[in-house]
Amino acid sequence: MTDATAVHPTHLSILGARLIDPASGFDQISDLHLADGKLLAVGAPPADFHPEQRIEASGLLAIPGLVDLCARLRQPGLEQKATIRSETRAAAAAGITTLCCPPDTQPVVDTPAVAQLIRQTAEAAGFARVLPAGSLTQQLAGEQISEMAALQRAGCPVLSHADRPIASARVQRRALEYAATFGLTCFLHPANASLAEGGLVHEGRLSTRLGLPGIPEAAETVAVARDLALAEQTGARIHFRGLSSARATEMLAEARARGIQVTADVSAHQLFLTEEAIATFDANALVRPPLRTETDRQALRAAVAAGVISAICSDHQPHEADAKLAPFPQAAPGISTLETLLPLTLRLTDEGLLPLPAALACVTCHAADILGWPGGRLQLGAPADLCLLDPNVITTLDAEQMLSQGKHSPFLGQPMRGQVRQTFLGGCLVFDRKPQTP
Amino acid sequence: MTGANPQLNAQGQLRHFLTLDGLDRAQLTGILDHAEGFLSVARQPVKKVPLCRGKIIANLFFENSTRTRTTFELAAKRLSADVLNLNISTSATAKGETLLDTLRNLEAMHVDMFVVRHSDSGAAHFIARHAAPHVSVINAGDGCHAHPTQGMLDMFTIRQHKGDIAGLKVAIVGDILHSRVARSQINALNILGAAEVRVIAPRTLIPAAAGEALGVQVFHDLRAGIADCDVIIMLRLQHERMTGGFLPSEHEYFFLFGLTEKRLASAKPDAIVMHPGPINRGVEMDSEVADGPRSVILEQVSNGLAIRMAVMSTCLGSHNLSGQAPATEAAHD
Repeated sequence: MTDATAVHPTHLSILGARLIDPASGFDQISDLHLADGKLLAVGAPPADFHPEQRIEASGLLAIPGLVDLCARLRQPGLEQKATIRSETRAAAAAGITTLCCPPDTQPVVDTPAVAQLIRQTAEAAGFARVLPAGSLTQQLAGEQISEMAALQRAGCPVLSHADRPIASARVQRRALEYAATFGLTCFLHPANASLAEGGLVHEGRLSTRLGLPGIPEAAETVAVARDLALAEQTGARIHFRGLSSARATEMLAEARARGIQVTADVSAHQLFLTEEAIATFDANALVRPPLRTETDRQALRAAVAAGVISAICSDHQPHEADAKLAPFPQAAPGISTLETLLPLTLRLTDEGLLPLPAALACVTCHAADILGWPGGRLQLGAPADLCLLDPNVITTLDAEQMLSQGKHSPFLGQPMRGQVRQTFLGGCLVFDRKPQTP
Repeated sequence: MTGANPQLNAQGQLRHFLTLDGLDRAQLTGILDHAEGFLSVARQPVKKVPLCRGKIIANLFFENSTRTRTTFELAAKRLSADVLNLNISTSATAKGETLLDTLRNLEAMHVDMFVVRHSDSGAAHFIARHAAPHVSVINAGDGCHAHPTQGMLDMFTIRQHKGDIAGLKVAIVGDILHSRVARSQINALNILGAAEVRVIAPRTLIPAAAGEALGVQVFHDLRAGIADCDVIIMLRLQHERMTGGFLPSEHEYFFLFGLTEKRLASAKPDAIVMHPGPINRGVEMDSEVADGPRSVILEQVSNGLAIRMAVMSTCLGSHNLSGQAPATEAAHD
């Protein structure tokens, strides 16, 4: 038994929900039956099935638990900001059942011990599956490649260099080659170290007006160009974590058309905000990569709609209140986003960008596929990771109500459609919101 | 905080003075007119007016500056306020005290106004956002963002010589990229209806988005840029621009962008030359120009006092003395 789950029924039925499985395209109102933590049947239950509990779910959506490609949990080492327990609990409340965390903990995830510590702490908490990304290089120093095979055996499905670019193209090349030996995908945050150095916000209209040091678009495109060339040369599989510019999406589309093994995701906030969000030096809009222009935002949306960018992630970065209580250039970049991932994904559908199943695919099966993780889908016989949500409830994002330890969000005060009612992890109820009395 | 102008109070009056960006012509003209009234104070036997008597004004200088701090101090004293000078540099933060702790301590001493200079763009906005409701914040220069009182005193000086800003052609020469002075000057010139604002420098010192973002014409040739201009503003060149790789040498900069009497011939015959000081003679301009008949550099310094008195009394007046006119006779016609 874990923190998250008390005694729970081993056999239960969820009745009358709209079931959406983005992976198979299944989308209809039906019943779901769970037994011993696994998805047993859809529609009519087997004749000998006797559920201990029946959940009346008409009017609700039942979807696979969300898979988030990048969420910082801050443990080990930065527990003043958040813990694995606090953030996975927030994840469960947000319908997220699997999270990949980048390796920039203290110590860095460059040894099996740290990877195992993270996994065991998450298992003990029991709210969500946590898959740590291993570091491409030792200490994230960008010099000596890490023991990737050992990291893989310790449960790291992918490798990453967090948001610290590897300055040396030679080291990057070797890291990609070595990772490819074991079939490991490398998550790369495309930013050229020397072009991005010292920059805070997108280099453009707002940086010029506000006198803030800019991060030029070329910081991203130079890195994308280098890494695409290295992926082509080495045959490694790479994933661009968090694109921010229109030009990078074009380069990605070209590379994919040429057959380079490359995928990409975008942070949900990049699809809704532009550099205008920093106009009054609001540190809640200080993120990396920076928010760029309306043209960039539209191109990112178009790339998601076209499937060129196949996943949307939270890029969750919880901070303690003090981390942003400083003049803009001294404030810590990053925002708390676990609890806005699902509502923002639904908003893409509201705004007509994508049909609901296609939008949900970006945060379920497509994300799982990038991780090489079998989840993110409703599959008979597989662990029942499910999210049950009421798509019609609209709440106002309120820092007080957020479960994450991080309360910084540029979306505070905005209406958010879609309220998670229940989240199941391997058939266990890990989050349960009582319906509010009107 | 987005949307509404953070420096105005609920009645739309100036509470803080953080940037000129977003203010309107009437507001800027009001400050200039108000400052005219204060010019005569300097000529009175008793150089004080009681407008801010009983108020406490704290100069919070996180960045060294003798001249700006001195004019703010003198302006506050002429308004009869009590003045605290705090040179915080980095020592307080080195001891672990945060900027907000410093603020809270001063607020506990019932300070009414903070005059802030800080090396971070946005520092004055940050302090204004977290200041107690009765406190006003004046930006005395934040990073590369804004130096609104400097911008206003330059407008004041231009107005003295040219009568009006509207219709003028003004060229600003030098490091636009890093200059808070230039940003405030450009804002003010555009708000006050200048016919054309030009910036002149190599591409490394002008942001690529400057034309659209700031509303300026961009030139890379000094002679072409100052042609037919009424006002030429030279910016100070920091030595860091060479080590930072923005320029190869001071020598080449002067060769291309240094203002000499000969080059000045392409401007209008009555063009004035300005510089926020301190001048690097032989880098930004020849001594011949700096000390010549077109130079109004020392007037800028004396006008700084009147402008700062106007800004301080306006902001303090926005919630305490609302509607009260300066106690001196207005000199404007």
